[in-house]
Amino acid sequence: MFHYRTFMKAVAVTSALVASSVAANAADTILLGSAISLTGKYATAGNHAKVGYDFAVKKINAAGGVKIGGKSYMLEVKYYDDESTPARGGQLAERLINQDGVQYMLGPYSSGLTKAIAPVTEKYKIPMVEAEGASRSLFNKGYKYLFAVLSTSEQYLASAVALAADVAKANGKKPGDVKVALAFENDPFSLDVRAGVIDDIKKHGLKIVIDDKLPRNLTDMTATMTKIKALKPDVFIVSGHSKGAGTATRQIAEMKLSIPMVAMTHCESANLVGKYKETAEGMLCATQWAETLTYKDPMFGTAAEFNAEIKKTVPEYANKSVPYQLAQAAAAVYVFKDAFERSGSLDKDKLRDALSATNMKTFYGDIKFSAAGNNTAKPMVLRQIQNGKYNVVAPTAFASHKLDWPRK
Amino acid sequence: MWDNLQIMFSIPVLTLGMIIDGLLIGGIFALIAYGLALVWGVMNVKNLAQGDFVILGAYVTWWLYGYGINPIFGIPVAFAALWGLGWIIYKLVICRVIEHDLFTSLLATFGIAIVMQQTMKIVFGADEQTIALNLESFGFFDNLLTIQPTRLIAFISAIVLAVAVISFMKRSRMGQAIRATAQNPRAARVMGIDTEKVYSFTFSLNAAICGAAGGLISMIWEFQPFIGLIYSIRAFVIVTAAGLGNLAAVIAAGLGMGVVEQTGAFVFGTEYQQAIVVGLLVVVLLVKLVLSSRRRQVVE
Amino acid sequence: MNSIMNSPVAKFALYATILALGILLPMWFPNYTGQMTVMWMMVVFALTWDILGGQMGYNSLGNIFFFGAGMYATGMVQVGMFYDLAEYNSAAGGGIFNFTFSQYFTGMAAGFVVAAIVCVILAVILGRLVFGLRGPYFAIGTLAIATVVGELVSTWELVGGGQGMSMPNYPGDLGEAKFVFYSMMFVLAICTFAFLRWLYGSRFGLAINAIRDDEEKAEGMGIHTLRYKTVAWSIAAFFLGIAGAIYGNFNNFFEPIDVAFPTTTFGIFMVLMVLLGGKGTLWGPVIGAILFHVIKEVTWTYLLNLQWVALGLLIVVTVVYFQEGIMGWIMRKKPTWFGIRVEGEKQRLGDMR
Repeated sequence: MFHYRTFMKAVAVTSALVASSVAANAADTILLGSAISLTGKYATAGNHAKVGYDFAVKKINAAGGVKIGGKSYMLEVKYYDDESTPARGGQLAERLINQDGVQYMLGPYSSGLTKAIAPVTEKYKIPMVEAEGASRSLFNKGYKYLFAVLSTSEQYLASAVALAADVAKANGKKPGDVKVALAFENDPFSLDVRAGVIDDIKKHGLKIVIDDKLPRNLTDMTATMTKIKALKPDVFIVSGHSKGAGTATRQIAEMKLSIPMVAMTHCESANLVGKYKETAEGMLCATQWAETLTYKDPMFGTAAEFNAEIKKTVPEYANKSVPYQLAQAAAAVYVFKDAFERSGSLDKDKLRDALSATNMKTFYGDIKFSAAGNNTAKPMVLRQIQNGKYNVVAPTAFASHKLDWPRK
Repeated sequence: MWDNLQIMFSIPVLTLGMIIDGLLIGGIFALIAYGLALVWGVMNVKNLAQGDFVILGAYVTWWLYGYGINPIFGIPVAFAALWGLGWIIYKLVICRVIEHDLFTSLLATFGIAIVMQQTMKIVFGADEQTIALNLESFGFFDNLLTIQPTRLIAFISAIVLAVAVISFMKRSRMGQAIRATAQNPRAARVMGIDTEKVYSFTFSLNAAICGAAGGLISMIWEFQPFIGLIYSIRAFVIVTAAGLGNLAAVIAAGLGMGVVEQTGAFVFGTEYQQAIVVGLLVVVLLVKLVLSSRRRQVVE
Repeated sequence: MNSIMNSPVAKFALYATILALGILLPMWFPNYTGQMTVMWMMVVFALTWDILGGQMGYNSLGNIFFFGAGMYATGMVQVGMFYDLAEYNSAAGGGIFNFTFSQYFTGMAAGFVVAAIVCVILAVILGRLVFGLRGPYFAIGTLAIATVVGELVSTWELVGGGQGMSMPNYPGDLGEAKFVFYSMMFVLAICTFAFLRWLYGSRFGLAINAIRDDEEKAEGMGIHTLRYKTVAWSIAAFFLGIAGAIYGNFNNFFEPIDVAFPTTTFGIFMVLMVLLGGKGTLWGPVIGAILFHVIKEVTWTYLLNLQWVALGLLIVVTVVYFQEGIMGWIMRKKPTWFGIRVEGEKQRLGDMR
């Protein structure tokens, strides 16, 4: 039943809640805002990012917070659920900025969402440090307030293509004889990775024999795998978030395909080793970050220490590897802390200038932004699953192990 | 596209492999569709939560597998668990929907689907999960033709379950009551059949069938809380194509769906997989429309 | 209390209040402008769905198709008039594309006109195909068409495929852009309402009501049902197409499955809003849409993680326990408010049940 009184009460409560959430900003805290995917198709990865943000905030606050002009500020993040759809992302960003008084933004998960949010933050001149939107097309729009700690997507599998060309040369084969099969999900991120891969394939002169796109609700890749049976490619490159990595790994084994080299993205978040055990052996995985790399910083320690601490404090990662999505989210928060302290002020334009001058070493890798806002100091690495471990095999400067080739 | 067709004809073993694979997975689709045909035919409820029942069944089986329980034993548990859930949902919602117009059940079950998806996400997390038994596939012709044991098991289980349900429908008292209610609920009531009981039984049975199908799916594909819709869509396509009350047609359409999906994705590219499934639904509806209007003209 | 809704003064006051609120609210609460823009869009959604669903008895689940079609039509026109579409949408990212003030607005005006025309044409063509389907098959068929088109557009590289399309940036002061889009959506909602108010009072309204009540008899009475059904659908398509065109620019970025053809979110919401407000009434969809949007925004803010559960429960409860909707409920409780039309309304409600 509809009662006028109860309705008015509800209105009163609602407005009180609105008021209190705004008031929370007034104390000695710095409020960061983020629309992140808690439901929908990116919920897995969105959760990784959220854990990363929360962990970094906790860690930085425990270490005394952000010190600006002799005063300590605690960090706090206000989240909204963007439901993994760009239709919500922009609106939520607007809401964070206008209604919750957020002056500094952390990015959402995925390039599509970042594409929807970046025009909004740009409009309000709100600095946004994002960690999960890798599409190149984000960095040719002339955005001034967008900074990304991660490497852009065309670099994801570039080293895999180079590696394939090198292996071919070492085995006395011409690059033109190397047959490549591609399977990329039909979404902004994967298509952008694909564009980068195709550029690299042209550069090295390899030959594309299969170029399939995967639907977003992917369950079965039998059709693509059958083409592989017929055309016998030397390299198979897959990108389709975690379900793509999982499905490909599983069906390569189930259909008894022997492909000398298989490269993919999102191995860690798909938990390939945990789920598929030996079946996952030999897969090449592009990663933004690896816990075996030698990066370190005073806040989080070395990459390995960061990894160990996450495993200890967040039970859900105790039995699976910590995905890079989580590490880079934590790094984004750390970048904010660093920029705040260097700018010595809460003013967002000064903060922007400080951000663009960022040049720091972190557990996640070196961070230095180009004029377009992407991080140019950190390379992507390629890891191979060897005996259930992710070992870095390329590029040579970072390789700790030799590539196992051919796979099986 | 022409290149792909060429491969299909020049290496017929591959084509055969896809057809076999399509039939194997089609068996599972047919099972889900049969459940839908049951509730649709008997109680005129169009259940959009069909796929979410399936995914819940998959989660139950997967969860038990985490405790070391083999899916062969997990699937009956999923069957029973979903039976209970189906009964609860019937008592809370569905029993109030039957008397309303046709559209109401679509919307009400859509609401149920949303609640189920979100609850599964909260309980089990949003990660893709699967039961990877990592069984060695059977290879023939130098591995050009591979048959996956999990799919074979799933297919056989689906057939066994379907046969069991069908013989139950034919032989048992309850089965007869269900069929009588489907034909004419009022007459069934006059004859002393407790239609309310029939309805709750039918809906629970459907949920249970979906649960078992979900258990089978958990062994062959990855799943996550939000993927249910694609199984609902397939079930609707199959039932719409086969018509209600014709079990043989439902099974044939289910198997055909599997084959069309696999070969269609091969010819046109995997990105068209969903479009093929749904496009097929449009085509089936339009063909039926043309046929029925032609029939009408003949009668006139 | 007798027939307050019917006295011209009261009516005038009501309309004036709504108009004034529509203009003043974004000025009083400029920070909520974005949400209010979407709210008016929801009103358009609900009103256009009710033309078929409420007044004509055809429950479509695929109306969202026209929303996406309008969005893509305007996007292609706005960009295609000045740049090469394929280059603009290329996956490699292309370059920076700037639109001058006049380019932006001429493009947009042309885009809206094309969007509306394209949608009407599509409605006429599709109407030929789907209006033979009855009952649930019509709902499933229209849903399938919207879904399949979304899937196909996501493989069409010229419009960016699954990558989607970023729309040109607003050339002027970025703060004022939101008021521009707000005004567009508000005006569209008012126009839709005014047009439908006139339409339901005309012979056309009676004809589509006759189709709802008994299509065979209506046909027998000499109503050319297919023609009426097609025109009704075209009207819905016309307004939805423009709504999509505005939304595409407002959101600045769209892609096929989640933004342009979202069958399982906006596509279903439009039905629910109408049910919530009261099917087959003029005011029901408006009230339902506003209430639904407010509930949704509040739960999205304060029930993080549980918001979809709340929405699902709202759907189930509305559909199962509150079929008559708010307007239906008021009409049943307070028939005198509706003055002399009381007999007719009662009659119609009786028929609906």
